[in-house]
Amino acid sequence: MNGVPLAGYLGLALFMFSTGVVGVLVRRNPIVIFMCIELMLNAVNLTFVAFARYRVQALPDDPVLAQSQTMAGQMMVVFVMAVAAAEVAVGLGIIMAIYRLRHNIDIDDMNILKG
Amino acid sequence: MADWFQGLHPLIQASVRVVLFFVPMFMMIPVMIWYERRLLSWMQDRIGPNRVGNITFSKTSKLVPQILRGRKIKLFGLLQPMADGAKSFFKEDFMPAKVDKFLFILAPAVFLFPAFALGATLPWGPYTLLTPISDANIGVLYVLAISSLGVYGVVLAGYSSENKYSLLGGLRASAQLISYELAMGMAIAAIAMATGSLRLTDIVSAQEGRLWGIVPGLANWNVLTPYGFIAFIVFLICMVAETNRAPFDLPECENELIAGYNTEYSTKKWVLFMMGEYVNMIVYSMLLATIFFGGWHLLPFQFDQLAREHPQISTFYELLAKLNGSSILGPVWFVAKVAVMLTCYIWIRATLPRLRYDQLMALGWKTLLPVATVNVILVALWIVATKVYSPVLGWAAFLCFGVLIVMIYRALKSVIAPKTSSLASRTLRLDMSPANVSKPEPEPELVEVAN
Amino acid sequence: MDALKITPELLLFGAAAGLAAIAAVGVVAFNNAIRSALCLVVNFFVLAFLYFTLNAEMLGVTQIVVYTGAIMVLFLFVIMLLNLGSPEALEEKRDWKRPAGLAIGALFFATIGSQILMPLMKITTVSSRDDFGGPQAIGRTLFSQYAFPFEAVSVLLLIGIVGSILLAKRRMS
Repeated sequence: MNGVPLAGYLGLALFMFSTGVVGVLVRRNPIVIFMCIELMLNAVNLTFVAFARYRVQALPDDPVLAQSQTMAGQMMVVFVMAVAAAEVAVGLGIIMAIYRLRHNIDIDDMNILKG
Repeated sequence: MADWFQGLHPLIQASVRVVLFFVPMFMMIPVMIWYERRLLSWMQDRIGPNRVGNITFSKTSKLVPQILRGRKIKLFGLLQPMADGAKSFFKEDFMPAKVDKFLFILAPAVFLFPAFALGATLPWGPYTLLTPISDANIGVLYVLAISSLGVYGVVLAGYSSENKYSLLGGLRASAQLISYELAMGMAIAAIAMATGSLRLTDIVSAQEGRLWGIVPGLANWNVLTPYGFIAFIVFLICMVAETNRAPFDLPECENELIAGYNTEYSTKKWVLFMMGEYVNMIVYSMLLATIFFGGWHLLPFQFDQLAREHPQISTFYELLAKLNGSSILGPVWFVAKVAVMLTCYIWIRATLPRLRYDQLMALGWKTLLPVATVNVILVALWIVATKVYSPVLGWAAFLCFGVLIVMIYRALKSVIAPKTSSLASRTLRLDMSPANVSKPEPEPELVEVAN
Repeated sequence: MDALKITPELLLFGAAAGLAAIAAVGVVAFNNAIRSALCLVVNFFVLAFLYFTLNAEMLGVTQIVVYTGAIMVLFLFVIMLLNLGSPEALEEKRDWKRPAGLAIGALFFATIGSQILMPLMKITTVSSRDDFGGPQAIGRTLFSQYAFPFEAVSVLLLIGIVGSILLAKRRMS
């Protein structure tokens, strides 16, 4: 939109990302950790779209390259969304399988690989 | 008038559009309650509510004027919705002790919000300043997005009731909703591909072209085209499933899971759930009318085009075009189509038995989704053939490939999963062990009835 | 930096961004997993609204359909199904991690924010057109220049489907 600085969107995205980082470090419930990962992915999506909208550099002259650079941010977001969807499906399946085995999904107790 | 309206601030314009949409919806809900109960009872060979508000004047009292003594004023139960509303205000609105209070109160609101928000991109008349609240570039996709938000109300209601049956009912209902959303999206995708745009006003105006691209004088309503007809059938079934109506009302019927996710909701919140369900029905019917039945036109005739082609009798054709819906009659025909569709909803409810949960899921995933996907593939082939060659060749390609795909499917099915012989070996029995199932049932011997 | 003009768009953005930020904090702060999930739903919804303000309509609608309408429903399902078993499986206990995590997060925000936000206090747009986020533009690019990643992602989704079905199947004994 006109009148809103780019730094506003970037600041929000950075805040969401750092909140996600804090969540992954602090929480012990793997589902909530997953949700914080999704939060981080969304922050990155917002950054991509904000930069695609507020172009910081001028477009190159070649029209194919120009269109490619214009749409690149949104294409990245589309693929991030698709990959996030696949990752959530598989990850939640893993969590359900672990729960079925142990009836306990506390992440601090899953340390059998610890040497 | 149009200039004055355009001179207003865009926010006020949008508010006017929102009010113009909301007020008829709110007014349709009591009518819908009365209509459903009376029509359903008529179909079930009984009389519905017809007592509320009937006034019987006394035969002997001196306070009553002579003309009116003994007369009855019948209202045919039209005040029944008002009585229901009054009851819901006076009945005790209890909340069970251990529920999550915030979510319990929030769930009906979260259920109601997508029901109303669905209609924001629907055009209900030819007035571009007034009709869709927002003529968004992504109109149809917006409808799909908001319908996928309808899951939350059900899930939250089921969870916050702190009742295992409600939770299971809520989860089942939401599984049903997300399964049928897919086939619905595919059906809409076929229509959007054929139209070339996601904007709903574009879909309506594309249905004013020539029927099948070839026939002059008849309009190209999407339900009259082959791909559109298949998409219409799929969309109709998905629509009934999305609104949790019979025969897909397993999550909320009374003899299954004790009314499912709205067990613990008493009066006002339950009324909100019912309102949300009715509004869902109305908005999906509007969507059906817009996408498949040409929007606000009454008959599939191209009167505007005919007026242009025959300038001599153009006034006659223009009058017919105005009667057909290009004037103030447009919203009238739109509401009439919605009313017909709501009648079909009630009719389907009165006629068909309820589907069991596994039958419901099998229908959504194993039948509707493949049919809708194949439809999309065929539409893509049709578009390519029509644009590259000609419309006639396009339809020929569509039909040939459609028949080919159906034949391949049947051949594959007979190889992979051949049908076993008798009905008895396919029915569920209580002594189902693998040994028993594979043996075909021996035919029962005919026993002579002794006279 | 010169003062920003307070326009209605700025206020709208401020309200939406504030709501998104509060919801993001809510995801991490709530002990109850359902409330975290609902805060995340609110966050995604407001994010879709922010995409709409950035003229990326197709992405905003896709955000609602994919993230809010499918992924979060999946999260809610799993949380509710796990809740059926044992409620104490989802609670948090320890203490010393919280201040350490918050310190790391604040440090991260400060480090990156100071380097990136300050030089970019600029106002809108040098982008191509207002319809750069519409379905036509996205479709044209996605199916021509990015056709190979599109097909690769569809194979990935197929793998995801097969994988999750395999993980969720009960053993037939």
